[in-house]
Amino acid sequence: MSAITLRVNGRTRSLDVDPTTPLLYVLSDELALRGPKFGCGLGQCGACTAIVNGAAIRSCITPVSAAAGQEVITLEGLGTPEKLHPIQKAFIDEQAAQCGFCLNGVILTTKAFLDKNPNATEAEIQHALSNVLCRCFTHTRMHAAIRRYAKEVAK
Amino acid sequence: MTSNALNALDRRGFLKSAGALIVGFSMAGTDMEAQFGSAPIPDAPSNDQIDSWIAIGADGSVTAYSGKEELGQGISTAQQQLVAEELSMPFERVKLIYCDTALTPDQAYTSGSQSHPANFNHRNLALACATAREALFRMASERLGVPAEQLTASNGVITISADSSKNVTYAELVGGKKLKLMTDRSAKRKHPSQWKVLGKAIGRPDMAAMATGQFEYVHNVRLVGMLHGRVVRPPTVGATVVSVDEESIKNIAGVVKVVVRKNFVGVVAEKPWQAVQAAAKLNVTWTSGAALPERTEFYDFVRKLPSHDTLLLDSKDTSQALLAAVSVIKARYDHPYQMHGSLATSCAVADVTGDRATLYSPTQGVWYQKTTGAMILGLKPENVHVIFRRGSGCYGLNGADTVSYDALVLSQAVGKPVRVELSRKDEMAWENYGNAWTIDERAGLDAHGNIIAWEHEAWTPSLGNRPGANTPGNVVTGMLLGYQPAPFVPGAPQEPRSYNNGSNGIPSYVAGRIGGVNRGTGIVKSEKVLVHNVQSPFWTGPLRSPARLQNTFAHESFVDEIAAHVKVDPVEYRLRHLQQRRVTGVLKAVASAASWETRPSPKSGNPRTGVVAGRGAACVAYEGDNGYTAIVVEAAVDQDSGRVAVKHMWVAIDVGPISNPDGLRNQAEGGALQGMSRALGEEVTWDGAKITSIDWRTYRSLPLGFEIPKIDCVLVNQPDEEATGAGETSITVVAAAIANAIFDATGARVRQIPFTTERVRKALEERT
Repeated sequence: MSAITLRVNGRTRSLDVDPTTPLLYVLSDELALRGPKFGCGLGQCGACTAIVNGAAIRSCITPVSAAAGQEVITLEGLGTPEKLHPIQKAFIDEQAAQCGFCLNGVILTTKAFLDKNPNATEAEIQHALSNVLCRCFTHTRMHAAIRRYAKEVAK
Repeated sequence: MTSNALNALDRRGFLKSAGALIVGFSMAGTDMEAQFGSAPIPDAPSNDQIDSWIAIGADGSVTAYSGKEELGQGISTAQQQLVAEELSMPFERVKLIYCDTALTPDQAYTSGSQSHPANFNHRNLALACATAREALFRMASERLGVPAEQLTASNGVITISADSSKNVTYAELVGGKKLKLMTDRSAKRKHPSQWKVLGKAIGRPDMAAMATGQFEYVHNVRLVGMLHGRVVRPPTVGATVVSVDEESIKNIAGVVKVVVRKNFVGVVAEKPWQAVQAAAKLNVTWTSGAALPERTEFYDFVRKLPSHDTLLLDSKDTSQALLAAVSVIKARYDHPYQMHGSLATSCAVADVTGDRATLYSPTQGVWYQKTTGAMILGLKPENVHVIFRRGSGCYGLNGADTVSYDALVLSQAVGKPVRVELSRKDEMAWENYGNAWTIDERAGLDAHGNIIAWEHEAWTPSLGNRPGANTPGNVVTGMLLGYQPAPFVPGAPQEPRSYNNGSNGIPSYVAGRIGGVNRGTGIVKSEKVLVHNVQSPFWTGPLRSPARLQNTFAHESFVDEIAAHVKVDPVEYRLRHLQQRRVTGVLKAVASAASWETRPSPKSGNPRTGVVAGRGAACVAYEGDNGYTAIVVEAAVDQDSGRVAVKHMWVAIDVGPISNPDGLRNQAEGGALQGMSRALGEEVTWDGAKITSIDWRTYRSLPLGFEIPKIDCVLVNQPDEEATGAGETSITVVAAAIANAIFDATGARVRQIPFTTERVRKALEERT
């Protein structure tokens, strides 16, 4: 165990954890956040995605020690049902989900990518999502939501 | 927090409050002051059964109780619309509670495309709503002194149509009274032409919580004092425990207990990461297990196993008809085991203390978890409370039931709440796979090229299934604990006594004659359908469109092969052999939407190298009569690499009266793409001892980032028909349509799923 300080969704959190613990378990258990999710534990599906210092990372294979002192944003850090982030609103407007379990990875991966590449082409966005899975196969709607949001970003 | 929220909703507490109007299916267990409706039904359920569908509170609130749960398919939104519609309430003011063994009616499993037919036709939830509405109108008629026909209802208020100043609210009608009604068969439902809420594209109320990370999945359930469990599955199929070395994890912090029960091994720790590490490092010695059949020869192997045979149809003249035919066409189709491969690994939270248990489970059958969970724990079923909490999409029997047993066993062992989340490998290596199939089709043609005889013979291995009321051994944890799966008994076929196309074993093109009556959707009179069930080395269970998808792949590829043989347009050829108007309806609708060009396949003039395009069609009457769908696929085939790219899909779908067009579209689109992923890449693999498809590198699912085809849906509304299943229709026809498109583009026929580049290249090499 050791003391680790994280900045999560704008709040400073000091924790006493095993530094090898994957960030995911710290976010979902120590901090009881529901956005980041366990999908594979192998960095293959995207369900555990968090944004750390502006980059989408796979929190299931990132030791918490690697995120110490850094700015971590989870899905709940973007917006709330009362005050939605535009990308969340785009997904709701397109009804782009079935079970919704993948939304965390899809939304955060897209947001981090478009923040850095606001004029990305559709092919580039697809490439950015090449390791993100949705097993309900709501792909069509998700891409419609992403296009809707991408237009706003490019404005 | 979860328990408090539930207590607040406790229907029994609700009944103790000021007043209520309740509609149920039994008069038992109530102390109501007044009862109206029909006489008590015979064989009424016993007192301890939850028997109510609808409760209207003294405050006018409407609460509906359903035994069909939200798995991501959108059924909770549609159910809320149904209740709001029938009771003339705003959508937002209806509260829907589903699948809690202490609160809601037992509607068995939420599966098999049965929720829409069960609750949206003239029974169950829909009938309860109609019964409540008529009772409220009778009460309002007495109160306002005019006949019920002169009243209208809106927003929970009943008004005299001719004088809107005279009205009464549901709250005023219910007041302090306690009224218990039975569902009334004669209660009338609103016709779809009158619908204001049902039939509309209302967005899902859970969407905002999901998109903002606030939604509570079963993975997020947290109980006070909760510990974390992890299981240790055998390393190979059939391996059993020799010894467990607890010392091997003595250096891992937070370990609470190592639990061994027969061949079940698990660990409980204070934190999830500790449990993960402990399970990985626990030294367990196992026996070597059973040798597995060679994978490359598996379909031939399956055909030689002892079988339990089922004859679905037999006109007893197919052999002669095939001998007399001008030509006979034969083909064989192979379909692998495929996974549910849920995005989340399965998870459950159990709290077993003394002689009582509470289980939060993503199971599709809370009532069966109650009885089989009680068996495993040695408790009385009435002391086991099962509460559904959503997991990730399951598409059938994923690890939800098995992980629920894991949580119950580990919680009982430590006497504290335990949350268990499976590893990706444990999920994928041990789930109940969608069955493999190997299928022979034979047809005889007359001089005009029409089909005069059709034989379908199929082999499919199975082991285990849903646990049902008393077979926990149907999933891996139950077996490890010492329970047996449902026994396999080889046997000769019986004469078919009734028409049953629940598995779509019967092709759409035959007459389906049983007992002197034609019940099929086609016209071919000489017909035989024989299925050989054999024992599987791996666990199997229903996966979205189980058996229906595999059989339809064979039927709809085969009819295309025949059409090509006689050089007739494949849609035209299908229509020639169909007589049921809803199947022909969707087929014509989709052909029209796709601007289908009438001509035989393959397309003439395509070069034999490079990328070529083609189109394919397929249709099905899902389960014979539980939803109708047809598809057209446009695909490009790279003849050098063997790569198939689907460019455009058109789906026509008829599920009776459409309850929510956007929800239906979402299911049709998702089904089409999931079907495409299964057709192009998904296949369970193994070596001599164990499953080798254990993650997303070894089991290929099409990611968000591939070139997604355009999908156009044609929703065929049938307001005067019964509501049918919806969620499993479009996926059923995709594989055949892609195979047909590959053939149309190239003249090469692929008959084994998935259509990998290697298999497509091989088919291209073999083409004449």
